[in-house]
Amino acid sequence: MVINNPTTEQVGDKEYSILNLGPTHPATHGIFQNVIKLDGEIVMEAESTIGYIHRAFEKIAEHRPFYQIPPLTDRMNYCSSPINNMGWHMTVEKLIHCEVPKRAQYMRVIIMELARIADHLICNTIIAADTGALTGFLYMFQYRELIYEIYEEICGARLTTNIGRIGGMERDFSPKAWEKLQRFMKEYPEKLREFEKLVVRNRIFMDRTIGVGGITAEKALDYGFTGPNLRAAGVDYDVRVMNPYSSYDEFEFDIPLGTAGDTYDRFMVRGEEMWQSLRIIEQAMKRMPDGPIHADLPEFYLPPKEQVYNNMEALIYHFKIVMGETEVPVGEVYHAVEGGNGELGFYLISDGGRAPYRLHFRRPCFIYYQAYTDMIKGGMLSDAIITLSSMNVIAGELDA
Amino acid sequence: MSVQELAAWVENKLTERFGEALLMTEMHYDFPVFYVQRERLFEIMHFLKEDESLNFHFLTTMCGVHYPDKAGQELGMMYQLHNMPENRRIRLKTFMPVGDPTVDSLTPLWRTANWMEREAYDFYGIRFKGHPNLKRILNMDEMNYFPMRKEYPLEDGGRTDKPDAMFGR
Repeated sequence: MVINNPTTEQVGDKEYSILNLGPTHPATHGIFQNVIKLDGEIVMEAESTIGYIHRAFEKIAEHRPFYQIPPLTDRMNYCSSPINNMGWHMTVEKLIHCEVPKRAQYMRVIIMELARIADHLICNTIIAADTGALTGFLYMFQYRELIYEIYEEICGARLTTNIGRIGGMERDFSPKAWEKLQRFMKEYPEKLREFEKLVVRNRIFMDRTIGVGGITAEKALDYGFTGPNLRAAGVDYDVRVMNPYSSYDEFEFDIPLGTAGDTYDRFMVRGEEMWQSLRIIEQAMKRMPDGPIHADLPEFYLPPKEQVYNNMEALIYHFKIVMGETEVPVGEVYHAVEGGNGELGFYLISDGGRAPYRLHFRRPCFIYYQAYTDMIKGGMLSDAIITLSSMNVIAGELDA
Repeated sequence: MSVQELAAWVENKLTERFGEALLMTEMHYDFPVFYVQRERLFEIMHFLKEDESLNFHFLTTMCGVHYPDKAGQELGMMYQLHNMPENRRIRLKTFMPVGDPTVDSLTPLWRTANWMEREAYDFYGIRFKGHPNLKRILNMDEMNYFPMRKEYPLEDGGRTDKPDAMFGR
């Protein structure tokens, strides 16, 4: 929906201007269209249109065997795709009653927390960049790069990772991966502290963000907020604590909370969550158990290539998995993980066929983005831009 | 309270209040699932949300489902509610015939239902009575079918360059 005419609206002796912000606008990080009615610089009304990068993942998923679905989940929240991948693996593991070995669980925790850091790092530095502090963004991005290098060492891919497998991990961390992880743990806190010094008590930054785009806890719950945006409004809901998965109950970490639910609080909550993620990774690295990296699950876990060529059983299972001949239990299951933006849920109905009968993704961005027009009402146009980046709306997850 | 106890407790409360409207209770993994009559969906949801002991105040998600073989119950809606302080989750389902796919809108209860219902309308053509702005959300407005229904193939059926057999479909 693009409104070209009229660009002004006359009401009595007042003239409002109608501005078409997006779909591709340099100030919105992603493809969002908002038609905004302005009184001078004050936003009176807004209407958002979404769906510009809709790729029908739910439909495609109904035609793909289970092991081909992680690449679809990658492309939802592409800032933290490992969390999406793990969420899907855990959903299937729940369906087939599979217990993943401790080592694989700890490895997953490390990867998921790295992904959370990468996600929050982008969001926070983008908020700073939108208020004019571009330095932090460029400075911090080398650490996102380092995280991507760690992914690369683990799974070979950087952005759309397809990391992990149903039943565990595809391979153990290489010595190079450990080395890079240690380097990250050593260097990153220093840089994060430096970045926080740059913005957290910065007068300009505080003036631009405090009291901007606020939302109360009641309203946030009404709008279905989850994740850092809900916690910034003061509700301590975190899936990692409420419904622990992948051994999260064995780690010690705090859930940071805000009070006002404004842009500054969202920024601070995400900042503190990065510190907590670092704490979790440290504990996981220190207590990393030995043992197998995947469950004994020949019907779902692809055997190593050497074995496929030399071992008949492995060849049979390889064929069965690839051709989708695996027996899948009938049932419906919902599994949620704490994604970068909130409760990322997978609702799967299996009718025993090779592909899901129905797969629905609970995408946090899609659910909370509908509050956006409400949150920017009455504020300045420039505040609308920071509010959008502080909500961390990822277009891929929004449109699925 | 275990999930079995939760299922029994909510079942009792719903039968006490709504009697026939609760059709069936099932357990699916860690979720109690309640099948309800679509005519009374709004009342039941309102009760679940406002009752002080139940307090299912958070609408986690909802989605449509299509079972073309179930005559008279082809289309369904799934709702998931969450009581955050007690961490209790339940799922509700309601079914309707494909010829008359109407169900009450939950937007008056939860503002978050607005876009989720638009999504269900967009993909399954389920019409929500009382929705303030029921139009397509992810697909283009000109689309004249509901793509997630099972009768629509994933790809254009007229294509000859990609036979299904070659792709293991």
